[in-house]
Amino acid sequence: MSLEIIGISVLWIFLFGYVIVGSIDYGAGFFNAYSILSGKQHILSKIIQRYLSPVWEVTNVFFVFFFVGIVGFFPKTAFYYGTTLLVPGSIAIILLAIRGSYYAFETYSSKGHKGYAFMYGLSGLLIPASLSVVLAISEGGFVSMVDEHPVLNYVALFKSPLSWSIVVLSITAVLYISAVFLTWYANQTGDTDATNLMRKYALFWAFPLIITACGIIYELSYHNQEHFERILNLWWMFALSLLLYVGTVWLIWKRKNYGLAFGLLVGQFLLAFFGYGISHYPYLLYPYLSIYDSFTNEAMAISLIIVFILGLALLLPSLYLLIKLFLFDKDYVKGQNAK
Amino acid sequence: MLFEDPVFSSRMLTILTLSFHAIYATIGVGVPLMIMIAQWVGIKKNDEHYLLMARRWARGYVITVAVGVVTGTAIGLQLSLLWPNFMELAGNVIALPLFMEVFAFFFEAIFLGIYMYTWERFKNQRKHLLFLIPVSLGAAFSAFFITIVNSFMNAPQGFDIVNGELINVNPLGAIFNPAMPTKVAHVVATAFMTAAFTLASIAAFQLLKGSNHVYHKKALFLTMKIGLIFSIATAVIGDFSGKYLAEYQPEKLAAAEWHFETEGNAPLVMFGILDDEQNIKYALKFPYLLSILAHGDPNAEVIGLDQFSNFESPPLYIHYFFDIMVAIGVFMILLALIYWVGVKRGWAFINQKWFRMLIVLGGPLSFIAIEAGWWLTEFGRQPWILRGIMTTGEAATSSGHVGLMLILFAILYLILGIGTIVILRRLFKNNPVERELENRLGGEQS
Repeated sequence: MSLEIIGISVLWIFLFGYVIVGSIDYGAGFFNAYSILSGKQHILSKIIQRYLSPVWEVTNVFFVFFFVGIVGFFPKTAFYYGTTLLVPGSIAIILLAIRGSYYAFETYSSKGHKGYAFMYGLSGLLIPASLSVVLAISEGGFVSMVDEHPVLNYVALFKSPLSWSIVVLSITAVLYISAVFLTWYANQTGDTDATNLMRKYALFWAFPLIITACGIIYELSYHNQEHFERILNLWWMFALSLLLYVGTVWLIWKRKNYGLAFGLLVGQFLLAFFGYGISHYPYLLYPYLSIYDSFTNEAMAISLIIVFILGLALLLPSLYLLIKLFLFDKDYVKGQNAK
Repeated sequence: MLFEDPVFSSRMLTILTLSFHAIYATIGVGVPLMIMIAQWVGIKKNDEHYLLMARRWARGYVITVAVGVVTGTAIGLQLSLLWPNFMELAGNVIALPLFMEVFAFFFEAIFLGIYMYTWERFKNQRKHLLFLIPVSLGAAFSAFFITIVNSFMNAPQGFDIVNGELINVNPLGAIFNPAMPTKVAHVVATAFMTAAFTLASIAAFQLLKGSNHVYHKKALFLTMKIGLIFSIATAVIGDFSGKYLAEYQPEKLAAAEWHFETEGNAPLVMFGILDDEQNIKYALKFPYLLSILAHGDPNAEVIGLDQFSNFESPPLYIHYFFDIMVAIGVFMILLALIYWVGVKRGWAFINQKWFRMLIVLGGPLSFIAIEAGWWLTEFGRQPWILRGIMTTGEAATSSGHVGLMLILFAILYLILGIGTIVILRRLFKNNPVERELENRLGGEQS
């Protein structure tokens, strides 16, 4: 395996990690706001807060890791994406900033302001939308070179059905992932009301998710023929992903084994995410930037990979400790020892 | 319009983000150590006051961490958004410490979450203390690694450029650049110093307001002692930084010192103003001191601005930043020293209103010194983003929307800044020490 492939795989895994933990976080914010507005706050808020409080900062790091890593492994991405993403990137930062700081302000001091909770939920949906624009841009067709500088065509991006499908998919995925996770988490706490409510949301969002996912593949067949064909070559990954999706929905429908259901969901997204990533190969920004012409020098690549392995040796046990203390600790999830 | 030039707007947005982030980052690096010390002292002396101190500091700390994290994320992304050409080049050479910084931050984030939510879960407070070690280590190492990146910008090395191509990249060579030791040490020491004086300033404020509780007196003595140690360390390292500048970045030292002619027996210029003909007025001149600062020898020759073209000379207003930083540093050392000796000797005036007011001022002053120091070092390497290799003009984005983003971010920081103050005030005002102590002790007896 070449260093380029290792590099992009590492980053793709971390991006996947962010997609999962970020979705849980963003969706939780939305469900929290929705439950306040619909008067069901007493059912959900406690559970959501109990999960989010110790991990919100960790979620953020997955994101930082990805964008620092991609500039490290593929410095040219800074040139192409840095220039083109100024506006969507800045908007995402501002939303993240409002969300992150507000969360701490709210949790650690004053509680229960309706307007804030609403903002928090809304920004949680806008962030994935603004970040997922990158995926549309990477398909090519929205960036042109003017005087050797990449320029983003906002009108084309705004009018494109592809970019809107990606935005819709990211939002439905956020809500679906989050709902399935919270169903499981609520079930762990032994809170039947919350479990039932989250189960309802999970089933509600399952259908639009699969519709938009199929829609995007259809759009791609017009937008980027080459990419579409590579996706067809990997049809088995997507088929397997679909199978796991059916499994998750079935388990939730039957109120059986929510833990396994969440596991299947992770598998489903892993397959689809990697299927998409592999079919995108070798382009980072079609057709200007491939992973080969943007890769860093060998000395840096090797040292980054060494640091990455050492870093993981530190991180994985710590993450395990965090999960053990807060996700699988019976007393904690049930609200004893919560402070 | 002013904001139509992307280079100027990018510079302004970067300085705005960094100046705002520096406040929270300094707290973020310094305060965990203070929490750790307080909790350690509390366990050792079996003193409930210190344990409560750790707890109250930690509670306030989390609020500042949140803003520190989001503004840190902002500057992390802005590096690529505003300076794409710089990151493309630098990414090849200096990505390693940047990457390590994320790991340090990750580490800190995980254990801070654990520390904050396990106060009551361990019978043995020592176990709980253990979680603070990775938090403070992670915080200090974030500062360590990110300052390496900054020192690389001041003294780029670890690669060769041949015909515009970057070759022979040596990531470790880039890390161990000559600016690194002094810069990293100075940043970490000042963060500890500022955190200590800020907490001291809070304690003094409580005493000034009339609370005569022994809790505040203990907090004040502990933090002033720590502040004294780190402010002395800061001054010593600052002297080394001067010697580094004289050797490797003489134009920055010369501009900061208004040292126009290369000469020996160079005097140190403090304060004063510069008129249009570059005459220095109303300044204090300490003979030989600049030669000593630069080379450790009163007769040594110090390179002046006459050796540099106009293009390479940093702006002369950095002298004011130097003055502010040094003056505050010296003032804080004296203040902490007088306080410490005063406590030992039982001098009465250190408990008087005016002296406590000075201590209250110490916290904000330290932050002003931090900002002034950063502006000195950053404006002092103009026009370069990578000294001698790439100018800020060559590095900036070509996008025309930076001006608008600058306005948006300014509004964001304003909201975050006000939010922090309001929340922190509410957090502690509604829950004074006296009441919390009563609750805790009462709870334990029943």
